[in-house]
Amino acid sequence: MSYVVLIIALPFAAFLINGLLNRKLPHRLAGWLATGAIGVATALAWFTAFTYFFQSTSFEKIIPFQVTWLRFTETLQIDMGILLDPISVMMLVVITTVSFMVFLYSLGYMHGEKGFVRYYAFLSLFSFSMLGLVVATNLFQLYMFWELVGVSSYLLIGYYYDKPEAVAAAKKAFIITRFADFGFLVGILLLSYYTDTFDFAAITNPNHSAFTTMTGSSFLGISVLTWALMLIFMGGAGKSAMFPLHIWLPDAMEGPTPVSALIHAATMVVAGVFLVARMFPVFSFHAPEALDAVAFIGAFTLLFAAIIACTQTDIKRILAFSTMSQIGYMMLALGVSGYGEHGLGFTASMFHLFTHAFFKALLFLGAGSIIHAIHSNDIREMGNLRRHQPVTHIVFLIACLAIAGIPPFAGFFSKDEILAATLNSSLVYFAIAAFTAGLTAFYMFRLYFLVFWNRETVYEHKPHESSFIMLVPMIVSAVGSAVAGFIPFGKFVSSDSQPLHIEMNQTVANLSIVVAATGILIAWAFYKNESPLPEKIASTLKGLYRIAQKKFYIDELYLFITKKIIFNLISKPIAWFDRQVIDAFMDFTATATNKVSAEIKGLQSGQLQHYAYIFLSGVVLIVLIMIFNYA
Amino acid sequence: MILIALIVIPVLTALAVMFARDARQTKNLSAVGMSVQLTLSFYLLYLFLKERASGNTEPVLFGKRFEWYPGLNINFDIGVDGISVAMILLTSIVIFTGIFASWEVKDQFKEFFASLIILATGVFGFFISLDLFVMFLFFELAVIPMYLLIGIWGSGKKEYSAMKLTLMLMAGSALLVVGILGIYFHSDVNGTHSFNILELTNQNFSIEMQRIFFPITFIGFGVIGALFPFHTWSPDGHSSAPTAVSMLHAGVLMKLGGYGCLKVAIALMPEAAHELSWIFLILTSISVIYGALGVIAQSDLKYINAYSSVSHCGLVLFAILMLNKTASNGAVLQMISHGLMTALFFGLIGMLYSRTHTRIVHEMGGLMKVLPFLSVCYVIAGLASLGLPGLSGFVAEMTIFVGAFQHPDMFHRVITIVAISSIVVTAVYILRVVGSLLMGPIKKEEYQHLEPAKWHEKLATVTLIIAIVIIGIAPLWLSDMIMESLGAILD
Repeated sequence: MSYVVLIIALPFAAFLINGLLNRKLPHRLAGWLATGAIGVATALAWFTAFTYFFQSTSFEKIIPFQVTWLRFTETLQIDMGILLDPISVMMLVVITTVSFMVFLYSLGYMHGEKGFVRYYAFLSLFSFSMLGLVVATNLFQLYMFWELVGVSSYLLIGYYYDKPEAVAAAKKAFIITRFADFGFLVGILLLSYYTDTFDFAAITNPNHSAFTTMTGSSFLGISVLTWALMLIFMGGAGKSAMFPLHIWLPDAMEGPTPVSALIHAATMVVAGVFLVARMFPVFSFHAPEALDAVAFIGAFTLLFAAIIACTQTDIKRILAFSTMSQIGYMMLALGVSGYGEHGLGFTASMFHLFTHAFFKALLFLGAGSIIHAIHSNDIREMGNLRRHQPVTHIVFLIACLAIAGIPPFAGFFSKDEILAATLNSSLVYFAIAAFTAGLTAFYMFRLYFLVFWNRETVYEHKPHESSFIMLVPMIVSAVGSAVAGFIPFGKFVSSDSQPLHIEMNQTVANLSIVVAATGILIAWAFYKNESPLPEKIASTLKGLYRIAQKKFYIDELYLFITKKIIFNLISKPIAWFDRQVIDAFMDFTATATNKVSAEIKGLQSGQLQHYAYIFLSGVVLIVLIMIFNYA
Repeated sequence: MILIALIVIPVLTALAVMFARDARQTKNLSAVGMSVQLTLSFYLLYLFLKERASGNTEPVLFGKRFEWYPGLNINFDIGVDGISVAMILLTSIVIFTGIFASWEVKDQFKEFFASLIILATGVFGFFISLDLFVMFLFFELAVIPMYLLIGIWGSGKKEYSAMKLTLMLMAGSALLVVGILGIYFHSDVNGTHSFNILELTNQNFSIEMQRIFFPITFIGFGVIGALFPFHTWSPDGHSSAPTAVSMLHAGVLMKLGGYGCLKVAIALMPEAAHELSWIFLILTSISVIYGALGVIAQSDLKYINAYSSVSHCGLVLFAILMLNKTASNGAVLQMISHGLMTALFFGLIGMLYSRTHTRIVHEMGGLMKVLPFLSVCYVIAGLASLGLPGLSGFVAEMTIFVGAFQHPDMFHRVITIVAISSIVVTAVYILRVVGSLLMGPIKKEEYQHLEPAKWHEKLATVTLIIAIVIIGIAPLWLSDMIMESLGAILD
């Protein structure tokens, strides 16, 4: 199966060509070149998935390609390779497919942009890095592509580089995730010191000998292994915008909308989930406390982000908070999952990752189509758009139904499995998950009704339906969002690569439908037509509403720490200390030497009498000393 | 023979330059000379790898000895191992690009190019020497032209900076003399004293002697490696130096410190190194994080890069003090990586300055629009500096961190984690500069008409970027070449 290398190499080639020949390539050629490359990669990925899942009976880990990249010690080395197992093959399909949709869509959306070629170069770089990440054979390879994904995200958020907000957002995204990666790196180093290997095949083997010594040694009452995994999860939490490392994601919406669809909705932000899933046997067998942390952070972010989403007015930010919330579902499911037969949460998480990629990408593509038409992100400036954009309206509705969890759309099935998995673990988690399901339905349909129904807004230019090239990927994703739920996911993807039989829990399913329907109904009542009701409720809950709208003031807290503490209380004093203390001391030694030599230079007058006088005085002095000493 | 050629060619080039008729000829002669030097360095690499591949495991290859002053057993001993070959490559790349970066020097150009090349000669000589005495001579040969280059062709407070830099480095040299003589007089090779590193490696110096001379030698080399708190010559020196001198100084000369610490201080006095490493580990980890945090508050591009060099070079000495092969390998990789990217940074800063006539970050802005080529190069240099995989910085830093993590005790763990935290701070200051310098709206109307990059500027930056990318993408050959030489030093 060595052709899998091509899946990764093709986008890289597109990046090189577009990046190096930036100015010389005509836009059409550059765009189609990159799109063609990712198209072929998509076909290959589907073919790989087909051969992997349907032509072999057991889902073994296959490594079709591997080279040594760097040797640290005799045993510790970084390889570059490709690892195929159920989750990486699934991710290959998700990434290439969504990429292909977004590449196609961007041909229309970015048409006429000055940096068109640069855009496709960066987009190809991203696809390459993301694909390299999921097929990594070892932790360090994963980390490398993890960083590359981060930088492509930085470059794409900052695509409109003359806009100060975009530059600030790009910087923020990179630095926050870098901070998380600092933990990730320390975690990797700590873990690899004991396992003496970075290889996933060895690390995820539950019987690996190093783990017994590792659980033995502890620090602050927690075993070193748990520390290592918590730190690794810190990296995942940063990339996946989990609380409290989430503040970069809403700002990242400054990037072009197709970029948000690809990177900040469907693929990169689920890298943290993928990381936990990749390391799942280690979490599950050796560090259940770390897994509890995953569940807790997941559940918290799930609810937290959903509450904020209800109060926002920027269409892309609403979707961003919804993404955080949905990733919270995935983390929670992983956190409550067991291994093997009890691995419902694992499968549910991967299933939700899969379906979410389609409907969330679709939501963003739809949002892009709207923004493209009316040149605004603010939902207060939208309304009654179903008359102007009928196709966008239908696909957006499908995506909303999918994310709200209405059968038979995809989100229903995956969310239902997650709810069932949390029920097996803890009632609190179940309650949070179920309540947020209702909240999700509410805020999504608040968005839907405000944009497509409600009052007729006066638009400067009459909004128009998007071009054919943009509609095609939207329609394809809509079909995916509608039917992906019928895939018997447990047969293919499970924690131990053995088929997992999943039966639908009828009570949970009914409950979730009722909750979702309630959310939609409330949204319908509030927002279908203009109504004073939402305002009233907002003003009665004034304080709470404001806190949620201000995103619980987490951004302000970060700003305080970075500006006030790090810059003013650490960096500036250091700069001062360096100049005024250390350097001043060096200067002082020089001046002191100068001064002293100025003082004593009179001794070297060049006058013979002077020298003779000093000489004689010395002789007299010595003679006197000698006389007194011997006397 | 090839090693002799490595010092003869720059000397001949410098001489030829002095007899050049005009600026054009001066530049052409320098460029040709340094191109030959660059080719020769690659040929040396080829010969070295060929010898190694054919199974030659001598610690030092192409060794030659010329008797010089038999009375004191001083010899002109030369030879190279993997580390020196790597450093020679670095030096020839940096001096090659330095020539093209100073293409537009106008005053006293003959003397300028001649001094620059003489400086490089000192560095080449240093890396091929096996005799401590000769090594020291070359070391001084590299430092002296620096004084003239900054004092005459510099800018700003150039006299002050040149004096400060020279005096501080001279103080370091004074310590070095003491250290080297201490080693010499305590050695006993067949009844005589010796300066030869290979012979000295087998000496078992008493621990009392090592306790005195290890710190002296380490600090002596440490001063030029920007060891905290002896680093303050660096920001002033760099900010006053002309472009090519900054490139060569930060890119190569500061590496003499790390190289000397590893090959002299630690290799010859390992017991004291083990005993006293903790003191210097604390100092170097301070360098790493203090330099990085210090950058955030700077606004002059050259100061920014100088402090960031303090941080990155601190990491070199930090890694060396971990006293294991992996970390030391990382240290050498970091020297090369930092040499390339800091040369790129200083080169670019010079090119920007010649257009905007300012180095203050917030006075510029939006340069990406008007100077796309130089801006993209700057971004690449920045990404290399913050350790992006695929560029050289990542390889070096990761090797260092993995090496440092081989010490399981609490002290090493803590300072290693402190050092690792610099990757976050580095990202902060790099992106801050990139954000306000290159992105955003164009600050001044006259920036609309800045001259695009010229051919010699492109040649200099692209050469450096190619080297950074090659090491970043395919580091195995380099890392293995360094690794096998470390066996002889650290085992």
